[in-house]
This record gives sequence, C-alpha cells and structure tokens, in this order.
Amino acid sequence: MNKIKCALIGSGNIGTDLMFKLLRSDVLEPVWMVGIDPNSDGLKRARDKGLKVTHEGVDGLLPHVEEDGIQIAFDATSAYVHAENSRKLNELGVFMVDLTPAAIGPLCVPPENLGDLAKATPMNVNMISCAGQATIPIVSAVGAVQTVEYAEIIASLSSKSIGPGTRANLDEFTFTTSNAIEKVGGAKKGKALAIINPADPPMIMRNTIYCEVEGEPDEAAITRSVKEMIAQVQKYVPGYKLVNGPDFDGNRVAVFMEVAGLGDYLPTYAGNLDIMTAAAARTAEMFAERILDGSMELKKLEPAQ
Amino acid sequence: MTSESVIQQKVKSGLEGRKVKLHDMSLRDGMHAKREQIPVEMMVKIAKGLDAAGVPYMQVTHGAGLGGNSIQHGRALASNAEYISAVAEVVKQATISVLLIPGLGTMKELEEAYQCGARSVHVATHCTEADTSPQHIAFARKLGMDASGFLMMSHLNSAEGLTEQALLMESYGANTVYVTDSAGAMLTHEVTHAISMMRDALKPETEIGFHGHHNLGLGIANSIAAIGAGATRIDASLAGLGAGAGNAPIEVLAAVCDRMEIETGSDTFALMDLAEDVVVPFMDHVVRADREALTLGFAGVYSTFLLPAKRAGERFGIPARDILVELGRKKMIGGQEDMIQDTAMTMARERGLLKESA
Repeated sequence: MNKIKCALIGSGNIGTDLMFKLLRSDVLEPVWMVGIDPNSDGLKRARDKGLKVTHEGVDGLLPHVEEDGIQIAFDATSAYVHAENSRKLNELGVFMVDLTPAAIGPLCVPPENLGDLAKATPMNVNMISCAGQATIPIVSAVGAVQTVEYAEIIASLSSKSIGPGTRANLDEFTFTTSNAIEKVGGAKKGKALAIINPADPPMIMRNTIYCEVEGEPDEAAITRSVKEMIAQVQKYVPGYKLVNGPDFDGNRVAVFMEVAGLGDYLPTYAGNLDIMTAAAARTAEMFAERILDGSMELKKLEPAQ
Repeated sequence: MTSESVIQQKVKSGLEGRKVKLHDMSLRDGMHAKREQIPVEMMVKIAKGLDAAGVPYMQVTHGAGLGGNSIQHGRALASNAEYISAVAEVVKQATISVLLIPGLGTMKELEEAYQCGARSVHVATHCTEADTSPQHIAFARKLGMDASGFLMMSHLNSAEGLTEQALLMESYGANTVYVTDSAGAMLTHEVTHAISMMRDALKPETEIGFHGHHNLGLGIANSIAAIGAGATRIDASLAGLGAGAGNAPIEVLAAVCDRMEIETGSDTFALMDLAEDVVVPFMDHVVRADREALTLGFAGVYSTFLLPAKRAGERFGIPARDILVELGRKKMIGGQEDMIQDTAMTMARERGLLKESA
C-alpha cells in the first residue's frame, strides 16, 4: 500500500516520540526530521531509523519537499515559530498538523471532531495540548448528557517529560487548552491548569476533570457516557485509564484519570507525550487515507500579498 | 517607627542595625486559612492597619494567586482585580504585591493586576522548576514591577539545587529570590545553609527573601536564621493568618527584630493590636500547629493541603493525617489539590469504605 510521506519539524520529546508512532503506521511514512541542534538526541535517533535530517530548521527542509514528495508535516516546535513554519510549508502544498499551542488552524480532538474536520479540507489542524487531548473527551462525554456550565481541568505532568518548548509556552498552553475546552469540549466556560511535578521516580501523567452541569446531574447516564468515551480514547491510547469517579457532589462531576504511555521515546510515565502524538498520528492517518483515495486534494496555498 | 525594647540583649547577636523589609501575607496566604472567604471590606480594613503600621509590602490576591479562582483552589468572594483595586485605593505608603504561579496565572492577569495598582510580584515555581518562570519574570520587569522568584517547597531541594534555581531566576530578571518553606518543613540550620550558599552565588544587588510556615513552630526562628544568613525580605502575616499552622506571625517577628535591634521600620505595638483586635476574632479556626498542621511540617506536605484534606477525610471516612502522609509519600506538590480527593477515594476503596470502583 502507498504511504503518504511526512516530515517532522522539531526533534524534541514530542517530535521524537511521534516518529516512533509514524514508523508503525500503515499509511504514513516519516521521511524527514528537522531540528536546530545537530547534537540533539532526536536527530540522532531519526538518523538511526533511516530518516533524512537537517539541523537548519524548516528552511533546511524546504528545498527537498517537492523532490521527496512530502505531503504532511507535523510541527512540534513552539507556538512562536509555528505560524511561519506553517506558511512556508502550506505554500508548497504540504498539509500541517500543529502540535504547538499556536492553534491557527481548527482544533482537533479525534474522538470528538476528527470525522467532521476530515470532511472539510483545512491545510492546518491543531492538536491543542496534551492536557486538552486527555481531558476534552471527558468534558464532551459529560456534555453529551447535560449542558456543562463550567469545566476545569488539571494536568499533572512529570518534570522529566516536559521539554524547554512547553516550559517556555505555559501561558499559551493555558489559553489554548481553556479555549478548546469551550470550542471542542462544548463547555460554556473552560479553565485549564498545569502542574509540573519533579518526583523521582516520575509520576504518571494525571488529569482531573471537573464539570459543573446545569441542573441535577444524571449520575447513571453521565457515568455510562464517560466510560464509553474512555473506551474510544483507549483505541489509540491504551494507557488511558479511569482512576476514580465519576464522583458527584452537588452539580459538580469529578473524574480522575491517568495516562500511561507506550514508552516509545520516554518511559511510560510520559503519557502526556503519547496522548498528543497518538492523537496527531491518528489525525494525520485520517487525512492520509483521504489523500490516498483521492477524496482530498492538497493545493498550494498562495503566499499572502 | 521601631518600638524601643525595654530590655537589652545580654549578648549581642551581630545582627544589630540590619535592615529587613517585612512582606505581609495576611491578605494572600491568609486567604487559605479563611477558605478564600475574606470580604473586600475586611481586606481594606487590614490593609489600612498594615499601611499605618509601616509595613512596606503587602500581598493581596486569592490564596493561589492570579488565576486562583477555580474549583481546584476555591472561589473567593471577589475577583483579584476587585481585591487589589480596593486595597490600592486606601494604601498610602505600602507596595501591593501579588502571587503568580505559571501554569495557573498568566501574564494577562499580571497586567490586569498592575493596572489595578500592584507593583510587586512573587513569581512562584516549584523549587526545581524555575525554568517555567522566565516569561513571567521578564514581563513583570518590563511593567516596571519589583519581581521576586519564589522557590516553593524549598525543603525538597538541596542548598546547591536551590542556588542553581535562584541563579536562573536572577538571570530572568528577578531582583529578589526567595527560599519558600511552603510545607513548614525546613529546620533552622537548613535555612541558614541554603541562604548562605545563595548569598555567596547571587549578585550583591539581588536580594534574598524567606517565606516560612509555622508547622514545626519554627516560623520565627527560621526567619531570624534567614536574616542572619543574608536575607533582607521576610514574609509574615498577622497572627500567622496563613495556610497550615500559618506563616511567621508578623507581630512576633517585629517584636523579636526590635529586641535584636534589626530594623523593620514597622510599629510593633500597632501590629500586635491589629493581630489581636482584628485578625484573631476573624479567624474560622485557631491557626496553630494542631495535629494535622504539624503533620504537614513533619511529612513535608504543602501547607495549603490542610483544609481540603480535612474535608476529604470527613467525606470519605479517612483520617486527614493519613491522607496527608500519603500525599507526602507520593511527593505531591503545590497545585495538585485535586490529588487530595483522588488519594482519599483510593484509600477509602482500599479500606473497604468506598464501594463503587472505577
């Protein structure tokens, strides 16, 4: 079967973990990895896996896009440089999956809206944040039963799994995730909190989701809906697990989750990497299938005048 | 304004003439002890008293700082903007400060606080994660604010580690770096060791601060040790109104400083009156090293976990002390308040007290 050729921009934790997932894909083939540090561990691993690499940033990739037939790129750099990366690659007709909190394209949480997004033909989709991928499905599941007036999520991440990009982008992480809880999760108001915990051995990624619903919560229906959603997410993130709840206290629903990763790059505690990269890979696969069956055509975007 | 002590030191401490800036925490850390329920009028009343007593800095926000209003951290009676603006209107000499924990508060909220009248900020990170603060410290300095880097849960890092983190914060632009004993777990010689090492490593113009909690009864002793090692800013609160067993009680600290001839510029008797006549009658519970608060200091647990652990303990039938010890064992840090209920539920299930399983 033909595969769609891909480039990974960013050779940090997320980009490297994603590479391992793409190497297993039936429809995606990672061909390039782009970094800015010739000595980065990510570039070394990519070279070992037979990918072409450059440490000259996106500009080092651009001359090779057409000859190597790159059709999908993943950006795992930082919110500050994403817009420029996306513009350069879109001009060459490359579809962009954005793993930074830049969020210039439509927001995507696979079990919630990937089907709808794939019917449109965007050239850039945004994966929000690890916390968004881990919590928005639960907000949606509660919202499928009753209106969610307010949703608040807390993501606890192990220090070792958080690279410099995320550390320098905490405000963007907060804004992008809060906004996505509303836009994709359907809550009237959303708020996101992130905590970086340095415990050693590292703690597994934890996520707590609080929803305040309109009226008395329908406990049985909400519990059923949440458990069904967890099963959906488990299809692409097997380590997505309910620890406690749903717990009901007045109109407040609390769900306590943990996410263990597959250990592709960092060990299994870094479920935050997996849920992000697995969601990005699943999203790209959906678009790749459409490119392969001819129902989606990538067009070069004209440079803005 | 320092009150003259009626008795003299028998032996000199060597700290005579040192100048120390007191930073009151009653209207921020104190919010924790009041479950975030301090009315604006009471904030104004306390702020006026502190200002008149000559306290140079006072912190005013939700207990968890900017962005703190939440299910996780409790909802205050008013927004941070409302609290800060109300206090800014009455304060004549004191600088109003705020707390900002990156991951919870944002630069947008810092700018709003500045517009309301805040001119100083504690940018707080866990004691090993200073590199999540450069944006916020730089932005505070750009606004022209006094910016402190605030290394929370300092007992979980070595003196060398704290010094490394302090140097990072200094490099981002912090003009003060704090050793922050959020769990009230540091022993006096540990405070001396950490601050001495930081003092040697930081630029001479960078100030060092200490923020204590009284969980092991060492709030004052640790503050004095900090001054001895070179700290020039000390956080404290009226009658200790703060999380856990509270902060170093500011009126006690001022009295000790008077006796040691350390200059605070504050009126000790006025602080005593404010603590006794206004703050103590306003407390929901006596802020002291009770069994659970002492456990915080003993097990090294974030002081703010005290009241939520008591609530979760009551709801799920687990002694609060057991929950706190378990949270300490799991190395939970400030901001992980959701893990209190989670831990209580897991313990309740293990003890056969909670039937429904996940």
